[in-house]
Amino acid sequence: MCLAVPSKIISIEGNRAVVDVYGAQREISILLMENELEVGDYVLVHAGFAIQKLDEEDAKERIDMIVKITAIPE
Amino acid sequence: MKEVVEKIKNLKDSIGRPVKLMEVCGTHTVAIFRHGIRNVIPKDITLLSGPGCPVCVTPIKDVDVAIALSRLSNVSLTTFGDMMRVPGNKKSLFDAQAEGANIKIVYSPIDALKIAAEDKEKKIVFFATGFETTSPSVAGTLFEAEKMDIDNFYIYSAHKIVPPALKALLDSKDVRIDGLILPGHVSTIIGSRPYEFIASDYRVPSVITGFDADDILESIMMLLEQIASGRAAVEIQYKRAVKEEGNQKAVSLINEYFEPCDANWRGIGVIPRSGLTLKDKYSHRDVNKVIHIDVPEAQEPKGCQCGLVLRGVKIPTDCPLFGKACTPERPVGACMVSTEGSCAAYYKYSGVYHG
Repeated sequence: MCLAVPSKIISIEGNRAVVDVYGAQREISILLMENELEVGDYVLVHAGFAIQKLDEEDAKERIDMIVKITAIPE
Repeated sequence: MKEVVEKIKNLKDSIGRPVKLMEVCGTHTVAIFRHGIRNVIPKDITLLSGPGCPVCVTPIKDVDVAIALSRLSNVSLTTFGDMMRVPGNKKSLFDAQAEGANIKIVYSPIDALKIAAEDKEKKIVFFATGFETTSPSVAGTLFEAEKMDIDNFYIYSAHKIVPPALKALLDSKDVRIDGLILPGHVSTIIGSRPYEFIASDYRVPSVITGFDADDILESIMMLLEQIASGRAAVEIQYKRAVKEEGNQKAVSLINEYFEPCDANWRGIGVIPRSGLTLKDKYSHRDVNKVIHIDVPEAQEPKGCQCGLVLRGVKIPTDCPLFGKACTPERPVGACMVSTEGSCAAYYKYSGVYHG
């Protein structure tokens, strides 16, 4: 239940943002974030809320790894 | 990762006795199975699952109240999907839904608020379950509800707090725990400080841990390093998502709307100040204050060992019902219902009971 997914911010409007989660787009709330976010930042998302900002390099690396692991071979 | 596994073996040899580590997060329980962690570490390092699945520890009574609410004509109950199959005294939310009760599964409490904004005729009640990872999202939704003046949005709070449950576990002395694998995303919110008592009062090593295979192995190595050197500290392995001070904004939002209360943990019992209830200031959001529901006290199903499993005293396969009377298709106890329950994880991944 405590699953949280690394997601990339695509756009921001007030307390709401659109994120990319493994290729799907989803609207989330950024109300819980302490610092200002920018488009391109990576955040951890749980139950529709960003709960922490992530280091970009590390987030990218881990997202790539998950995409590779879950890819269906042609 | 190979070096870490090698180091774990060397540290285990230098400790020279069996080691029991406990994870207290259902997401870890599943990750440990999925990554095959038990297959690469020495056999005499036992990994136990603690009371870390919010679905599993939600008492029968809360499920029964949620079902009773969902049957009222002026109420629409909203819930995370995880709660749907949990057996109450006689039925689950799924059973009630099949019988026509008004229940909607939502991905976020914000979605429940949207339903409330669109359907002003009904009281929209969100069945608020989960640990500190989830309660800020509910607090954030209450913030929006207040701001937008959506007055038909209510919550039924069954939220739990992790540190008091760890204290109860360490106090019970049911099982000797050499080290704790602390939850990653609960700690993203609360940071490492609320766990300090584990080291100072109980001298038990603990490490806040991420969810990938390399995270869990590194955390086991860090725990063994502490055990081998006779140290006890709260360390953070999951540094990319957890700061010592946590997410203060999320914590202050929880504290704005909620206050601690004594709470019943399914299979364990009442733990002081381990739950969250709405503050008086926000009682107009508390469904308990608006609708009075009385449900009979319920007994745990006969033979079910979930309580002992949640405390790490027994492992799922010790239960006489496991894999026989109790399966994920026909669960008896809560630990078999949730995909993150230890019984369901054992059943799915142990490979003994199917195909």
